[in-house]
Amino acid sequence: MTSVAQSPIYLDYAATTPVDPRVAEKMIPHLTSSFGNPASRSHAYGWQAEAAVETARAQVAELVGADPREIIWTSGATESDNLAIKGAAHFHRAKGNHLITLATEHKAVLDTMRELEREGFQVTYLKPQPNGLLDLETFKAALRPETILASIMLVNNEIGVIQDIAALGAVCRERGILFHVDAAQAPGKVAIDLSTLPVDLMSFSAHKTYGPQGIGALYVRRRPRVHLAPLIHGGGHERGLRSGTLPTHQIVGMGEAYRLAGELMVEENARVRALRDRFLAGIADMEEVYLNGDLEQRVPHNLNVSFNFVEGESLMMAVKELAVSSGSACTSASLEPSHVLRALGRSDELAHSSLRITLGRYTTAQDIDFAVALLKDKVARLRALSPLWDMHLQGIDLNTVQWAAAAH
Amino acid sequence: MAYSDKVMDHYENPRNVGSFDTDESDVGTGMVGAPACGDVMRLQIKVGPEGVIEDACFKTYGCGSAIASSSLVTEWIKGRTLEDALTLKNAEIAEELALPPVKIHCSVLAEDAIKAAVEDYRAKQGTPAAASAA
Repeated sequence: MTSVAQSPIYLDYAATTPVDPRVAEKMIPHLTSSFGNPASRSHAYGWQAEAAVETARAQVAELVGADPREIIWTSGATESDNLAIKGAAHFHRAKGNHLITLATEHKAVLDTMRELEREGFQVTYLKPQPNGLLDLETFKAALRPETILASIMLVNNEIGVIQDIAALGAVCRERGILFHVDAAQAPGKVAIDLSTLPVDLMSFSAHKTYGPQGIGALYVRRRPRVHLAPLIHGGGHERGLRSGTLPTHQIVGMGEAYRLAGELMVEENARVRALRDRFLAGIADMEEVYLNGDLEQRVPHNLNVSFNFVEGESLMMAVKELAVSSGSACTSASLEPSHVLRALGRSDELAHSSLRITLGRYTTAQDIDFAVALLKDKVARLRALSPLWDMHLQGIDLNTVQWAAAAH
Repeated sequence: MAYSDKVMDHYENPRNVGSFDTDESDVGTGMVGAPACGDVMRLQIKVGPEGVIEDACFKTYGCGSAIASSSLVTEWIKGRTLEDALTLKNAEIAEELALPPVKIHCSVLAEDAIKAAVEDYRAKQGTPAAASAA
């Protein structure tokens, strides 16, 4: 297949993953023959669809140690985050008006919080430590009597660090504060057991875990029961929390993807970790390379690396044989470096010079070796073009330079 | 983002990459932009006794369009007088490279780099910039 041969090597698994063929196979019959509406109670088409939806609900619940009745289908983690945060804030408005989150959260959480601020809520955006992890004491100090909800992600989408949600959740539980966790990047990478974790609400996505795009779930704890005000009104589906006809094929895909994730997690993590270590060993002799985020408290799938004195977009252009993403948003009109790297306190140069390389189920050792060789070659070429590299070699500290920035 | 063939050509085969000794009296150096903005251009010119740019070179930290813009102007200003080089406008660079609107600032930076290099050269010569610009 020529089209595949010409395609870049996919190293952007944190953006989305291909649907596992085993998942696709389970989905297809629900598009053609078993196409019923799971809400149809009057015939076999509906009953079959409902049974398939409930099987999938049990598969998702099984992976994360939840009761199937605690899983609400949504269109994805962004909707789950919106439902959890706005739903809780609106329902519990009488109790308080303060929420807490982390500056390195996904935009689905940050922009939802901004919207609540416009509605009159107060939000604290906590700064992580330079390694990306939230300090427990910092978190405790931010809690107020009027705090109703805290939202902290499990695995960061840009730098892959794993927050200690067990400890953070315990603090919330003690004070009667709802705890929401965006776990979009976690299933199949980090073991999750909601039967023991003090978490009230957790967001999931299918397409980060080899399932289809456009489907996700929100875990809503039953004991103690968590109340939410719904965002979408209609037929009263999903216990009234999320109306709308359930997309059976998508749901079946998410169920099968999560079942596979549970089956493969241990083996896959070990394999990906070996590939990650191979990459790190490969670039170990490069100068001025920085890993963003903690190396230990991190999923092995994520490498976020700054190649100092090389600009991210030109580096992406140089490595067009690799499908990776840049920590610099230069391709947009904003020229803003990643909010995550900025929150870690990284300098603008380092934030602009970063690449996010994320590995997954279909990454091979050959892919890694190719990527390492290409990066070494292109970084050296771009540094030969870089006045900042020149200055670095001359021993000039860039922070002492008066930059004649033009009018932008 | 799709780049034009000309941007790709200058990016893949940049012209006149290098450095001149900034202390030489016939060299003018212009460094514009800032790491915080994601672009830093250093353009250098070597000026002959007749006020003609005999040689030019650059180094750029920035996106492909920034690299291409600086590479292009080194080609364009060689052989021109200082006055003539100063008439070069960013719009000409943007048009030649078919830069999209979000990349226009790269061409602006290249124009600024020429001005800064000429200014540096003139300052070294002790020529009042206002007199020669008139």
